[in-house]
Amino acid sequence: MNVEFTVNGTAHTLDVEPNTLLVDVLRSTLGLTGTHVGCDTSQCGACTVHLEGRAVKSCAVLACQVDGGTITTIEGIGTVDDLHPMQEAFRECHALQCGFCTPGMIMSAIDLVERGEAGDEGSVRAGLEGNICRCTGYHNIVRAVLHAAQRM
Amino acid sequence: MNDRNTDTGIGAAVLRKEDRRFITGFGRYTDDINEVGQCHAVFLRSPYARADIGEIDVSAPLEMDGVIAILTGRDMAADGLGDLPCGWSVKSKDGSDMISAPHPPLASERVNYVGEPYGVVLAETRQAARDAAEAVATDFGELEAVVVLKTATSSEAIHEAVPQNRCYLWELGDEQATDAAFQNAAHVVTLELTNNRIIPNAIEPRAALATHNPASDEITLYTTSQNPHLARLILSAFVGLSPEHKLRLIAPDVGGGFGSKIFVYPEETTVAWAARRIARPVKWAADRSESFLTDAHGRDHLSRVELALDADGQFLGLRVRTTANLGAYLSLFAASVPTYLYGTLLAGQYRTPAIHVEVEGVYTNTVPVDAVRGAGRPEATYVVERIVEVAARQLGIDPVELRRRNMIQPDQFPYQTPVALVYDTGNYQASLDRALDAIDYGGFPARRAASEAAGKKRGLGFACYIEACGLAPSQLAISLGAGVGLYESGEVRVNPTGSVTVFTGSHSHGQGHETTFAQIVSDRLGVPFDDVEVVHGDTGRVEFGLGTYGSRSVAVGGSALVVAADKVIAKGKLIAAHMLKADPAAIDFESGEFSVRDSNQSLSFGEVAFAAYVPADYPEDLEPGLSEKAFYDPENFTFPAGTHIAEVEIDPQTGVTEVVAFVAVDDFGEVINPMIVEGQVHGGIAQGIGQALLEHGVYDDQGQLITGSYMDYCMPRADDLPDFDVDTTITPCTHNPLGVKGCGEAGAIGSPAAVMNAITDALGTEEITMPATSEKVWRICRGD
Repeated sequence: MNVEFTVNGTAHTLDVEPNTLLVDVLRSTLGLTGTHVGCDTSQCGACTVHLEGRAVKSCAVLACQVDGGTITTIEGIGTVDDLHPMQEAFRECHALQCGFCTPGMIMSAIDLVERGEAGDEGSVRAGLEGNICRCTGYHNIVRAVLHAAQRM
Repeated sequence: MNDRNTDTGIGAAVLRKEDRRFITGFGRYTDDINEVGQCHAVFLRSPYARADIGEIDVSAPLEMDGVIAILTGRDMAADGLGDLPCGWSVKSKDGSDMISAPHPPLASERVNYVGEPYGVVLAETRQAARDAAEAVATDFGELEAVVVLKTATSSEAIHEAVPQNRCYLWELGDEQATDAAFQNAAHVVTLELTNNRIIPNAIEPRAALATHNPASDEITLYTTSQNPHLARLILSAFVGLSPEHKLRLIAPDVGGGFGSKIFVYPEETTVAWAARRIARPVKWAADRSESFLTDAHGRDHLSRVELALDADGQFLGLRVRTTANLGAYLSLFAASVPTYLYGTLLAGQYRTPAIHVEVEGVYTNTVPVDAVRGAGRPEATYVVERIVEVAARQLGIDPVELRRRNMIQPDQFPYQTPVALVYDTGNYQASLDRALDAIDYGGFPARRAASEAAGKKRGLGFACYIEACGLAPSQLAISLGAGVGLYESGEVRVNPTGSVTVFTGSHSHGQGHETTFAQIVSDRLGVPFDDVEVVHGDTGRVEFGLGTYGSRSVAVGGSALVVAADKVIAKGKLIAAHMLKADPAAIDFESGEFSVRDSNQSLSFGEVAFAAYVPADYPEDLEPGLSEKAFYDPENFTFPAGTHIAEVEIDPQTGVTEVVAFVAVDDFGEVINPMIVEGQVHGGIAQGIGQALLEHGVYDDQGQLITGSYMDYCMPRADDLPDFDVDTTITPCTHNPLGVKGCGEAGAIGSPAAVMNAITDALGTEEITMPATSEKVWRICRGD
């Protein structure tokens, strides 16, 4: 079936199977491999992208469900030379180690700040409950999100 | 924060080079890489914990759309591939060798754990391969599984060659002296301990992508490995996949390892074999369910611990009897983890004069158990620090005071323990003192009273841990059963323009070597940090390597780079002396300048590098070029140590334990990048708190893994953890050129004991096992 959607500002018309997941279209069809797959139960959040500006787990969305939609991935929020404040904060606060959960974590964190739910440490910790990081112990991720919230 | 960037040398909190690609989505993990013409592999896996494999009917799935081939263990055996080896041989106390059960990469006759692969489907798409795998009809003859560790030695033998399912009965220490210590004791404290089975859960699942070039007969295998050279050696020398020079392994960006990606697994072996067999690139990426079922698990010990003390609370002897679950087969390091990485650490930070430990390594019908962050040392710390805390409680001595009375003193180093190790240096009291200040030990009674007034229970727990890292002096390790040396290789290649490319046999999968190693080389050679590039993880580019585990990268891999850099400087001096018409002995090198002593004549590092590659004015008897290699073999282990203190508050109404404060003061020797070191400690603590409170790999009686997803296996989330208060004290390692000890595992080593000591302090009972879930705590609070 044909679906049309915009990813990082570029319009796409694609022929997908009804059971194709959004994350597979992003990674395999469009080559946007910054979005990762870390589990098969929609728990880890490594695949988090923005759909209409809100964080969604792209492993739990069918490609056909986003017909007409606007999607932003980690590749679309900033560049190496012009980082998004959340990307910058993750680097400055050493909020990543292996980097695998990082794109999803950053996409969730941006949404958290934009929803106004990153006011203090407790709300950031609660708000990131849907993203698992095995490396950092979250300490520096929380610092980074609070730091970025001041700049966004 | 910007102040941290002004210096990029050793000791500076330099922001990481690798982060630019990770925060922008340009990391390149194995599953991000694709080859033209690739097909997809999905494995046929056993649904039973123990079964004979009968007929495998692939006729229907072979007819399905997109299916290319279905290969089984029988095809692999017919091709003559060998077994996956255990790289460490352990002897039993009676002198006999451990009994290693054959471990074919794909089972052909019998499966021994749920999830064990016995075949592989290759298809044009992953979905087609999955559908076909579902359609394979395999006739299994189910057998009774051996699942319960406690009764495994009295159960039917899993492997014909292994009576009583006992791989080995290993001992260390002086049994007679220990028995004598107990006879003379004023107090004997006894504890039964369970070290719960944990599942490593690197967030990137394992993956592999193999291509075979029929003209050159070379196989290129991208794989999620912590040590690609070692994997190549095993795949060629033991499995017989391909000659070493025809096999290139690339471990690109790897999304966490924690030990689980050290080992050579059936899947990457099969993918490489299949790519040659069907003449197509083959890709496999585990889903999380496969990771739970097939990544090597960790810990899983049952121990009986006895501590003998005199009337003053001096430790006289320690006796430990441990049963260690090895799973269905011996994974690569499995034999060494509950023995040489465990029994040798049972002296802890103390002067206990007599120690005897016996470890029974046991097979069960569960996935192999091997090294997970800490690997043996968290288990040893749990034994020592739990029994010390319980002894303090039973003797009515302050737990800090009891530890102080028994700690090795700073002037007693080097210190020979009764369990084989010689600690080179340390100052355990310094870490303890600073940790007590940080937690405000004096204020604890008031905090506890405030909690009690609010209907809560508060507890404080200590862990004064030690670990042996920087594995290891090769001859010693080989004499103890290691199958390979444990040095590390490094190469410092100066380019003609004076920039530097560094090649290391260590592998970074989150540790930040591209930054830390660049700091080391930049500092040593006086070249700008941005002019140093670190290459790792590719057997086609890096000469050799033993990889990253056991907190060895900086202590061994970093030291190799120092030696190589010093060779570059030495050669640079010869070139500079010629160009400046001076005696080489009169050339000094400092801050990137070669200068003639007591003169104003000098050459920059870049000028000397250029001369080495454009040798116009150059010594006749010297080879051109400026690139040096080193293999660094450590003289001893390194011994990071420190004090971790956990403070918990328990709500008896819900059983929820909140870790309200966690202090870690660690002595890692010299610190290259304090930002990265802190991050390593944070992550380790989170895993240790996870083990203590949340995580548990559980099999049912039939050997089905019932914690096989993130819905069932409780990973620590951001709201399960506190901010951590971490600090370091420094006694430089005495035997490596950087004075470093290693920091990757300490967090996971100290924290489980600290948290459980705090919980048992709060609850007033020792009768609780890890993980101390809210249900267990709630039942104790109710008096169930």
